[in-house]
Amino acid sequence: MPGLYRLGNPDRSSPVFVSANYTLSFDALRSALQDVDAYILVLDTKGINVWCAAGKGTFGTDELVDRIEATSLVEHVDHRRLILPQLGAPGVSAHEVKARTGFSVEYGPVRAADLPEYLSAGATEEMRRVTFPLRDRAVLIPVELRNVAFEIVAAFAVLFILGGLVPAMIALTAVLAGAALFPILLPVLPTNDFTSKGMLLGAAVSVPFALYYLTTGAGWTRIVYATGTVLLMVAVVGYLALNFTGCSTYASRTGVKGEIFRYIPTLAAMAVMGLATIVVSVAGSILGWF
Amino acid sequence: MIDMPMIATGQESANKINTLRFFPGRCVRCGRCWEVCPHGVFAPSEKKARMAAPERCMECGACQRNCPAGAISVDAGVGCASAMIKAALTGSKEVTCGPECCR
Repeated sequence: MPGLYRLGNPDRSSPVFVSANYTLSFDALRSALQDVDAYILVLDTKGINVWCAAGKGTFGTDELVDRIEATSLVEHVDHRRLILPQLGAPGVSAHEVKARTGFSVEYGPVRAADLPEYLSAGATEEMRRVTFPLRDRAVLIPVELRNVAFEIVAAFAVLFILGGLVPAMIALTAVLAGAALFPILLPVLPTNDFTSKGMLLGAAVSVPFALYYLTTGAGWTRIVYATGTVLLMVAVVGYLALNFTGCSTYASRTGVKGEIFRYIPTLAAMAVMGLATIVVSVAGSILGWF
Repeated sequence: MIDMPMIATGQESANKINTLRFFPGRCVRCGRCWEVCPHGVFAPSEKKARMAAPERCMECGACQRNCPAGAISVDAGVGCASAMIKAALTGSKEVTCGPECCR
């Protein structure tokens, strides 16, 4: 699939757009350019999207230079201009491409849908910005759920057998909150970093379960269950939220490293404490320790 | 990653929350940094570019790679906790954005 493609009836002065051999990237470009006669130069990104491939370097200077040569692009067009997706920039050095091939690189908008406007009026500030709207966050939910599918089923089954419906529902709620509710609520959760946003969400969804334990019985074991539930849910949702950083469009490596060092010890301590208190009180009441 | 040796000048502007550094003394006003940055960190200007919002930098490395004057330095990488944790646990090199993730 990498190679040079014709869109419409391009001639020797038609623009050349560069894309990745990732179906959605290529299709988005093709549908945005429905009324344009152009060439599309598809780089071999091993089926990965432009931005991720640029980060890895497969959508990169070397691949672009090689592809220009392999497709004999100079024999198809008289001009020496390429239009690249802006998100290809982390992998491509425009001045290096110019020096090695004679082609000057122009970065188009972030989203292919903005190309018609870009071609007629140039780039606006807005076209250059990556956002993370609800729609983009929502499409990640199935991916997130698939990543934790095994854990959800296993935790639900084990807890259902050991403790009945309520503990099983607690596990299910925690994972759904982290994998589905968190992406939706990301911008409205207070605080600035992913983990603390997740911990807040975990605390919020643990309230009904804590109240259930506190109101459906008396004795200190109910308080232990309630406390353990809150600790565990905060830890699980916080951890899932931290793991969402890679899916976001704005987390930096320095920021994420900072979060890992700042929160992992706390999350681990909360999980261990929550689990230990519950296990000890369950075992204790069964074995008659207390 | 950096093509030219970086010379720290008195004008260097760094920031405390990420690895982005800008050396205005080297800026040639080409506007590439504004063109490639997905978060509007750099503002184009009549004189030199300026870091308008360094705190928004996600360290993708696009500006550094496309600055023809070597006026920008950033330790580029992917902000993915799951990859970093996996790498730390298995002692392997960080792997991100493979076929099983981030397509």
